[in-house]
Amino acid sequence: MAGSAIVVDQLTKRFGSVTALDRVGFAVPAGTVFGLLGPNGAGKTTAIRILTTLLRPDGGSATVLGLDVVRDAAAVRHQIGLAGQYAAVDEHLTGRENLRLIGRLAQLRRAEFRARTDQLLTRFGLAEAASRPVRTYSGGMRRRLDVAAALVARPPVLFLDEPTTGLDLLSRNELWAVIRELVADGTTVVLTTQYLEEADRLTDRVAVIDRGRVIADDTAAALKASLGSTVVEFDMADEQAAARAAVALAGRRGPRPERESSHVRLTSNDSSAVLIDSLHTLEVSQLRPVAVQVRPPSLDDVFLLLTGHHAEDAQAGADGPERRGAA
Amino acid sequence: MTAVPLPLQRPARRLFGPVRDVLAVAGRNLNVIRRTPRLLVFSTIQPLVFLVLFRYVFAGVAEKTLPPGIPYVDYLMPGIFVQVTVFGAMNTAIGLAADLQTGLLERFRSLPMSRVAVLAGRTLADLARNVFVVALMTGVGFAVGFRIHNGAGPFLGGLVLVLMFGLAMSWVYAVVGLAVGDPETAQAAGFPILAPLVFASSAFIPVTTMPGWLQAFAAHQPVSYSASAVRALVLGGPAATYIWDSLAWYAAIIIVFAPLGAWLYRRAA
Repeated sequence: MAGSAIVVDQLTKRFGSVTALDRVGFAVPAGTVFGLLGPNGAGKTTAIRILTTLLRPDGGSATVLGLDVVRDAAAVRHQIGLAGQYAAVDEHLTGRENLRLIGRLAQLRRAEFRARTDQLLTRFGLAEAASRPVRTYSGGMRRRLDVAAALVARPPVLFLDEPTTGLDLLSRNELWAVIRELVADGTTVVLTTQYLEEADRLTDRVAVIDRGRVIADDTAAALKASLGSTVVEFDMADEQAAARAAVALAGRRGPRPERESSHVRLTSNDSSAVLIDSLHTLEVSQLRPVAVQVRPPSLDDVFLLLTGHHAEDAQAGADGPERRGAA
Repeated sequence: MTAVPLPLQRPARRLFGPVRDVLAVAGRNLNVIRRTPRLLVFSTIQPLVFLVLFRYVFAGVAEKTLPPGIPYVDYLMPGIFVQVTVFGAMNTAIGLAADLQTGLLERFRSLPMSRVAVLAGRTLADLARNVFVVALMTGVGFAVGFRIHNGAGPFLGGLVLVLMFGLAMSWVYAVVGLAVGDPETAQAAGFPILAPLVFASSAFIPVTTMPGWLQAFAAHQPVSYSASAVRALVLGGPAATYIWDSLAWYAAIIIVFAPLGAWLYRRAA
């Protein structure tokens, strides 16, 4: 394994009475993609903001390429690129002007940032729109420009906070491709996401974050494997029907059913066999599901497995245990 | 867990780096002003309306309080110059608050650039904007009868003085903008600071016409000192005391508000 590009140890951050990060620790090997996976308000953005020197931690430490994010903050800024959760670009400037401004402020030489700007505009499909003010751009175009801005200085470490939020499928695939290219060139990438699928496609390793704590640090594939590759979910007419269905399904071989209010869920690696088999079981028991879903496991399923509760948004966390997490 | 040292990106240590940063940010802000001519037009219409209204509405009453031989328009214009630069400085609050809201400030803060460049570049751009507005007001002032009594040199010196005041006030508004964090609130929060300074002053009406308790404030605040200094430069008469008092005020304002602004910038959310 190559050296660690990022080492986070016992990192703690409090906002008033809320502990946003609670002794978080992880290490990111150089030249890999690391994912921070969790629902809204779990602490992902706080971690990114500390690593990018925007926020000072209350405890613990974090280093980027061996540089302490508090003591050596100025030096850290020479090593990083950041694309935050919202497209941080100037509406009134053109796409080209935005990138050149960032290049200039990143202390690049004129010839260098000019060439780099044109290259990135082409790479992100913005060459034609380069001379138009950003205010005329679509949401996806702004997002791409924002990510391009993070790349102007060719930073060895790149932070992307929910980079694909608001992107259409095409732009998202394009961005994934860019990230893979960067990693092939040796860049270390830290990204946050709410989607297990994205983490699985893109990251070498993920830390699952729940209310400021790391509850798992593994490969996305291993997380998925521990869940089974597919979730089969039956929506029953009411809770009694669901309870009876759970009992019936528990009586047969295969994955253990999990019931939650009027839903019964089976997770497995062989969805078609489970589907045929369990539908047969339900038919025999004269339990007819209202709806059947077959889907890949979501962040919510990971949370259920790891914590026994749903992936809750922080806002709903205190009073919404019944709420079905958006995943 | 120890980090294995990796080859770091070696930044070129550049001469005048911070100056370049300030100019880059100022250039960007001027570009934005240029791209939004509507904003510039409407924000210059307001002081023009003030000038023309005050010139004709107050002239009859105000001239009774002035020494004979001084037309009200010549008394008024120095006050108008101070007023427009102080109003113009409010753009600093609005612009910074907008950058804070869009996340652009956060991006700047993650870049290896000077920590004061964003504020200094903003105040510099607003200074340039004020130069434009003051030039425009000078032209309109002459058109409505304003005449300088003391030669072009002192007059231009007076304009430089009010522009310096505008620059100092920009730092006050930088603090306001960063503290409130959204442009609408910045505008609303800016006005209560600005209105008493501009109107409870000698900018439009001699302080001696005001009640005693108000005179105490009105006579000793920077708008009055600045207006009196420019007035002395335009109309003739001893100006040195007013100029030094004004400069002392500007220095004091910057000494207090520039570090406060820089501190807010470093911890901006």
